[in-house]
Amino acid sequence: MENFEFINAIVLLSNFVIVPALSYGSQLALATLSLTIIYGVLRFSNFAQADWMSFGTMATILFTWLFQSIGITAGILPTALLALPFAIIVTALFCLLIDRSVYSFYRKQKSQPIVLMIVSVGVMFILQAVVRFIIGPNDRKFFDGEKYIVHALDFKNYFGLEEGLTIKSTQLITVIVALIAMISLFYFLQKTKLGKSMRAYSNNEDLALLSGINPEKIVIVTWVISSILITTAGVLYGLDKSFKPFTYFNLLLPMFAAAIVGGIGSPIGAVIGGYVIAFSEITLTYAYKKFFVYLLPENLEPSGLMQVLSTDYKFAISFIILVIVLIVRPTGIVRGKII
Amino acid sequence: MSEDLRAPVAFTVMAVLLAIVGFTQSWSVSLSVINLCIISSIMAIGVNLQWGYGGLFNAGVMGFTALGGLTAVLVSHDPIYEAWDKAGIGIVISAIIFVLSITALLFVFRNIENKQIRNTLIILIIVFGFIGINNFYGPSIDIIESINPAKTGFLGGLGLPIIFSWLIAAVIAGLVAWVIGKITLRLRSDYLAIATLGISEIVIAVVKHEDWLSRGVKNVSGLDRPVPYEIELQQSEWFLNLVERINFSKLEAMQSLSSRQDLLNDLVIDSSGIFVKLCYAGLFFSVLLLIFYLSQLALNSPWGRMLRAIRDNEEAASAMGKNIFAQHLQIFIIGSAIIGIAGAMLTTLDGQFTPGSYRPLRFTFIIWLMVIIGGSGNNLGSIFGGFFIWFIWIEAEPLSIGFMNMLAGGLEYDNPLRMHLLGSAAHLRLFIMGLLLLLALRFMPRGVIPEKIQKK
Repeated sequence: MENFEFINAIVLLSNFVIVPALSYGSQLALATLSLTIIYGVLRFSNFAQADWMSFGTMATILFTWLFQSIGITAGILPTALLALPFAIIVTALFCLLIDRSVYSFYRKQKSQPIVLMIVSVGVMFILQAVVRFIIGPNDRKFFDGEKYIVHALDFKNYFGLEEGLTIKSTQLITVIVALIAMISLFYFLQKTKLGKSMRAYSNNEDLALLSGINPEKIVIVTWVISSILITTAGVLYGLDKSFKPFTYFNLLLPMFAAAIVGGIGSPIGAVIGGYVIAFSEITLTYAYKKFFVYLLPENLEPSGLMQVLSTDYKFAISFIILVIVLIVRPTGIVRGKII
Repeated sequence: MSEDLRAPVAFTVMAVLLAIVGFTQSWSVSLSVINLCIISSIMAIGVNLQWGYGGLFNAGVMGFTALGGLTAVLVSHDPIYEAWDKAGIGIVISAIIFVLSITALLFVFRNIENKQIRNTLIILIIVFGFIGINNFYGPSIDIIESINPAKTGFLGGLGLPIIFSWLIAAVIAGLVAWVIGKITLRLRSDYLAIATLGISEIVIAVVKHEDWLSRGVKNVSGLDRPVPYEIELQQSEWFLNLVERINFSKLEAMQSLSSRQDLLNDLVIDSSGIFVKLCYAGLFFSVLLLIFYLSQLALNSPWGRMLRAIRDNEEAASAMGKNIFAQHLQIFIIGSAIIGIAGAMLTTLDGQFTPGSYRPLRFTFIIWLMVIIGGSGNNLGSIFGGFFIWFIWIEAEPLSIGFMNMLAGGLEYDNPLRMHLLGSAAHLRLFIMGLLLLLALRFMPRGVIPEKIQKK
């Protein structure tokens, strides 16, 4: 077996670092994109965004239950993917309702961004109450279908390795869906007329209005895109792990960190920021002991856990990175204020 | 209503609400609510100084509260000599290495122009600092945490009376605010909110997980008290006499001697609880008054006028030669120090330090709600906001249960809908908070007791 030490180490790393970070990063990137779109067009930091994520996921779960109860499933894929479009519609409609009844008033008054941000805190409380009221505060799993693409045991038996490669189907689904969503978003923003007018509006509101862009239409499209992204991100996260309102609420912090690290207001930055935060959270808290045991000769084997920071600091890591970025390069990795 | 009348009316309504709780529930409950209301008011004044007068959005309220709480532990808990003897030196060495590395980093950052050399040096300092700290730190904390882990397992504190911690908390929170302010205050307003929120998250993570310092989520309980213990009161002569005198008529009405003695015992137990809470209330109230008085004094001085000028028009103030960053830093430090004091008071009141209970997002915004509803830019308003919002936060739960019961009135006892409604009653208070915030921002953006426009 000794010749396989290196492959064993790589498989181990892939199981516990690369694949989880890739899928978590994709989820975070989508969520951060929606935060960035709101920031770029409507010009405020939306503190309610994590709770929109819970709301969208909750709607998906309810539709999933409905479909399951009438016997519709997606075969080897999770039923939630079928429910997703319906949930997006519900979430977008509710977003627009809140926008009409709450945000539009301040937009007309040309309030400062900070006021809109405080307003979003109010919306955040209300959404939390709504979600907990409808589905309760508990942990829920709504995954069905085939669980693994590559199963550890099969892999071990097949290749005769000590470490078995595991890839959950949700991880593959996450990466694929996220890629599709990102590519279509960038296509929309760069190539279509509506996308271009959105960018123009975000860049210079007055000039955009002068050239005949309808601001109401832009606002509606923004909320719809944001709902699509945030609901998808929430469902992917929930399929991968599980749905719990409080956990989702806590994702707000890494989302903001990713947005600022990447360069707030820039969609490319949001994607980069999402992956940077996800990879650093996981690489810095993983205990590399076993990895080095495979790689190094016996007399050099490490005695400690070989962990940079304990897993307790998982949430703090995104902010340590945030602080470093704020000191070293306050504009973020990709300089950008507009979409 | 004229704006001069608003404050007296608001406070009268608040007093009536608290009295209603006193009569319908019990005075003990009412007093507990009042004590927490006072602490909330102090925090709200701290936030109001930063937001109402300085225009700074500090979302790190819970971080400073936790620091205050930690200070209360570190000041009042007895030192654990065994831990210091066995591993104190390791902790001290790692602290020295930490400080040295940070200083070296700052020095390199400021003084070395060549980018390549600078980056290499930075990486070297971080790597060696990390290795050095890990060498001393890890083994030391293992030793500390293994010494009597069920009871202590940390370094302990200074063993001073807990009341000193209120002052020291202000100093520590102020120092930390100085560091945070240096990093974040040049940022735009909403960046500042996110950055402070993040840093408070880091502070809480440290308090929660560095067991050698704070016992972490294992909590520190049985902290020392600035007021007498109930059990001591129940055994002291003067207190018995006092209770007897106050309830003289009630006791007289009793027929037999034994039933009279029973009643007296009950009364003594009840009143000792109330007496302790009254002592706390008196202490807290004097702190509140002092802080209120000092902040009013400061804000009516030329310094306060300058702060308002900066808030209302940064460019103009800057053109007049005011250093905006330095002023912002000052007010950020002062406000955070006040929040730190409130944090230490909160831990003193609880008699225990529970890092798990500091939930940055939620409680930070409740303090914010107090400031906005009370009237940002007005300290009296913040005091009212602190009382009012905390009162609602506490009383919302029984009220929501009542409301849900009403809603589910016609349904049978084990009807699933009824069960669901009652089970979700607790979440209604989040809804009430959100709705209050939205309504206030829409219809009363200047708050219940608005800032006075000074025309001079």
